[in-house]
Amino acid sequence: MKPSPFVYHRPTTLEESLEVLAEVGADGKVLAGGQSLVPLMSMRLATPAHLVDINHVDGLDRIETDDGGVRVGATSRHAAVERDPAAFAAVPLLRQALVHVAHPTIRNRGTTVGSLAHADPSGEMTAVLAMLGGTVTLASRGNERTVDAADFFLGPLESAVRPDEVAVEAFFPAPEGRTGSAWVEVSRRHGDYAVCGVGALVSLDDDLHVTAAGVGLISVGPTPVVVDVTEALAGQAHDTADVVAAGALVRAAVDPEADIHATAEYRRHLAGTLTERALQDAASAAAAHDGRGDA
Amino acid sequence: MTETHHVTLTVNGVPRAAQVPARRLLSDFLRHDLGLTGTHVGCEHGVCGACTVLIDGRPVRSCLLFAVSVDGASVTTVEGCCEPDGSLGPVQQAFWDCHGLQCGFCTPGFVTTITAFLEENPEPTESDAREAIAGNLCRCTGYQNIVTSVLRAADLRRGVRA
Repeated sequence: MKPSPFVYHRPTTLEESLEVLAEVGADGKVLAGGQSLVPLMSMRLATPAHLVDINHVDGLDRIETDDGGVRVGATSRHAAVERDPAAFAAVPLLRQALVHVAHPTIRNRGTTVGSLAHADPSGEMTAVLAMLGGTVTLASRGNERTVDAADFFLGPLESAVRPDEVAVEAFFPAPEGRTGSAWVEVSRRHGDYAVCGVGALVSLDDDLHVTAAGVGLISVGPTPVVVDVTEALAGQAHDTADVVAAGALVRAAVDPEADIHATAEYRRHLAGTLTERALQDAASAAAAHDGRGDA
Repeated sequence: MTETHHVTLTVNGVPRAAQVPARRLLSDFLRHDLGLTGTHVGCEHGVCGACTVLIDGRPVRSCLLFAVSVDGASVTTVEGCCEPDGSLGPVQQAFWDCHGLQCGFCTPGFVTTITAFLEENPEPTESDAREAIAGNLCRCTGYQNIVTSVLRAADLRRGVRA
């Protein structure tokens, strides 16, 4: 239960970090919060020969919010994003989902961008980024590219980040118009991995009728699953919309696997039921127009 | 063959240093290199919470940090949760009063976690207290008395003597 030896690099600039990564290639790994990487190393499931510790790089821990959305830097802790008032005002779904990410002690150290790069299919932030249509910016020596969420999550624990790249920033766009959001999930204990988790976004017109609705799900596939359920709800009043029909759409759209925690059938059931609840909460939040729901 | 690093931490207000390999976990740095065995190591992969310490006042899992990565940080362990004169701090006293510990293995992680929690939330409800300790495991399953201890510690901190 001890990590294998590695060479430790402590760059103080992004350029220096990228230089080291370019040199060590596939033997290198970026250390940010380490709340997923260090357990993997202690269990010897990961044995990087070089660790590039980006915690001491200036400027990577920023959280910037404007009308367009929230930009989160590579070393911003979950706890900082969760507590950021401007980020909450612009994208309430961030805090609504973050309170379900592990326990507060883990969120004090774990980073939001790191959990995206880790691409655990039960990671709440993966679905939040995907359902908002966000992006991740990846830097390498002399290069930078921005990848859409739809192209970022490739499989379980597999993201588009290449060995020579640092995920420097994630962008969570603010939902447009009168949109409410909510996050609900079922886990064995609060803070454990979700058996199933569902985020919802519901947009209403001035008469409080649904114009658009979508959900993002975790733990029901190899990557986060986004389902547009507008067809089931469009034009209906916010408080009587047919969320059961939307739940049925989602049950048909997911293809979960069984594991020690739940059967595939139970996960499919949860996907539908939690979709109904999340949509109701999100619609209420949109009607109240604070966008925050009950989370 | 392994390269070592000089790591200096302020532990419970005292500067402490040791020369360690990069892979030295903070939990092992505290226990093996500094001899501070109050911090307990349970699961060693971040699940049980027994190794929880405070870094700059915030609870973190010391088994999920490399000592070299937090070089220069200020760390509070269970040994630092006492009063300046060495008597029991409010959380420790509350655990004593309420039989909040049985075998005691998980206790250091609870004491540090609750110490930080009460700084932020000095008047918790029972529900707040349960949520605050949700990330720590007690294999004696003494949770009822630990929840009572959180509430008692809050009273002690506010100077309420019952």
